[in-house]
Amino acid sequence: MTVATVPDMNPPRRKSFYKRNEIALTPWLFLTPGILFFAVYVIIPIFQSFNLSLYAWDGLGEARYVGMANYQELMTDRAFEVSLWNNVKWLAFYLLAIPAGLFIALFLNQTVVGIRLYKSLFFFPFVISQVVVGLVFAWFYNPSFGLLNTALGWIGLGPINVLGDPTMVTYGIIAAGLWPQTAYCMILYLTGLNAVDPEQIEAGRLDGAKGFRMLWHIILPQLKPATFICFVVTIIGALRSFDLISIMTNGGPFGSSRVLSFYMFEKALSEYGFRMGYGAAIAVVLFLIMLVFIAYFLWSMFREERGH
Amino acid sequence: MFPTPIEKTSRSWQITYQSLLPLALIMWLLPLIAVAIFSIKPAADFTTGNYWGAPTSFEGITNYMAVFTQSDMPRYLMNSFLITVPTVLGCIILSSMTGFALGVYKFRSNLLIFFMFVAGNFVPFQILMIPVRDLTLQMGLYDTKMGLVLFHIAFQTGFCTLFMRNFIRALPFELIEAARVEGIAEWRIYWFVVLPLMKPALAAMAVLVFTFIWNDYFWAVVLTQGPEAQPVTAGITSFNAQFGVAYHMLSAGSIVAALPPVAMFFLMQKHFIAGLTLGAVK
Repeated sequence: MTVATVPDMNPPRRKSFYKRNEIALTPWLFLTPGILFFAVYVIIPIFQSFNLSLYAWDGLGEARYVGMANYQELMTDRAFEVSLWNNVKWLAFYLLAIPAGLFIALFLNQTVVGIRLYKSLFFFPFVISQVVVGLVFAWFYNPSFGLLNTALGWIGLGPINVLGDPTMVTYGIIAAGLWPQTAYCMILYLTGLNAVDPEQIEAGRLDGAKGFRMLWHIILPQLKPATFICFVVTIIGALRSFDLISIMTNGGPFGSSRVLSFYMFEKALSEYGFRMGYGAAIAVVLFLIMLVFIAYFLWSMFREERGH
Repeated sequence: MFPTPIEKTSRSWQITYQSLLPLALIMWLLPLIAVAIFSIKPAADFTTGNYWGAPTSFEGITNYMAVFTQSDMPRYLMNSFLITVPTVLGCIILSSMTGFALGVYKFRSNLLIFFMFVAGNFVPFQILMIPVRDLTLQMGLYDTKMGLVLFHIAFQTGFCTLFMRNFIRALPFELIEAARVEGIAEWRIYWFVVLPLMKPALAAMAVLVFTFIWNDYFWAVVLTQGPEAQPVTAGITSFNAQFGVAYHMLSAGSIVAALPPVAMFFLMQKHFIAGLTLGAVK
């Protein structure tokens, strides 16, 4: 027979479940509110939009399932084509902010009196809201009194109506967008330049590298992290462009300055009728374009994480 | 240092550089300078076509006073503050927690959750627009500041988590281990060890989020409509409609609307740039 074990009359007080699993549970307790918020407002809506793009819905009544009909309509929609094409222009030309930012950063990377103030003032346009940038540039382009045409007048040119001309309007708006974006890239590069290894520069100088060759072979490789961030924020900015278009032209003239983000908004919410399903389909296309870049960014970050 | 420091170059280039600097700055800020000049001109200058000549009289005070007394501008500004400040606080609370969890603990789905936050932060707003608008309507928060605040907190949590987590990763881990050896509860480690060390990062993040949210236009248009809740970025379109072609008023209004983040930037410059350039150097 086994001897019944006499229970210890004074057991060590058992730790609570939480105490025993503290290290495993704590991160989840800390994550819960953040994940909850993020799921409700960001993650779930993405899937809802995907789903909605298969319906015809005016935002009030009953949604009607239409399958791929919204996407089929997109294929023949001229306005969609124009918007998509304009997005390509935005992506291509917005990237000019990177070399322009680098150029200004190189120009300002000196230690003369007052340079700190200069740097801040050059950065200034980034801090201002895009709404105000849009207003300011709309006046700048104004054909009757704008500064651009006044200046063109001095050299005997113009007047040109940048925002009224379907062939020029998108470039005009991109130029306005480049202003704050260049400032952003500039500040990233200024910080990067600060951290460039002076010994490598000296070594390069001894080897006779100067000017552009020095920049290309010695400086730029060290600025790679800055360039990567410039690239990320500029791509995102290009695909998010909405404020400037809305303020400066409201998509016009004749819808020629629309981009996908703006066209989606117009279809879903503005006077062109509440076509939520169709709007969602446009948003899905925009999302898929962005996804290519997001995947690339995440992949780069992942390699970085592994490297540590 | 690259390019070659100016003091080591020829005298003539030094002089050229010194004179080029202010010139370049004026060119760079020309559109803004123009608006600033517009905003102090009298109305008469615009009717007589004197756009670019010297102002015939200084009306700066009158114009700016009019912005505050003859329009809904004070209200819009107030709304912007009441939207921006709670958002910043919410983001600090949420992301210091998520950042702590992802930065300190090793568990299997850590990187996956982190990447979810990062990826979500990059998505185009339009893919969220209709569901978020519906949700806000259903909660009865459409056209309220609260509706905007809740969304902004949620969305900014993506960016802020990225920011916080990377910052916490860079802290010396020995500190946390030492605290654990002492038997300090995990939440106390968060509160008494990590949070105090995060102060500079939180300050940097706060100024950044302040600027982002203050300057938001898209969500303001999607989730609000009237002067009850609209922030200044959306309100300025009604302001412009009210003043039509009164360019002196429009200019003054724009400057007023743009000012708070600008002031924030100049007051907190060090933090602002530190935040913005996090990751730009290794």
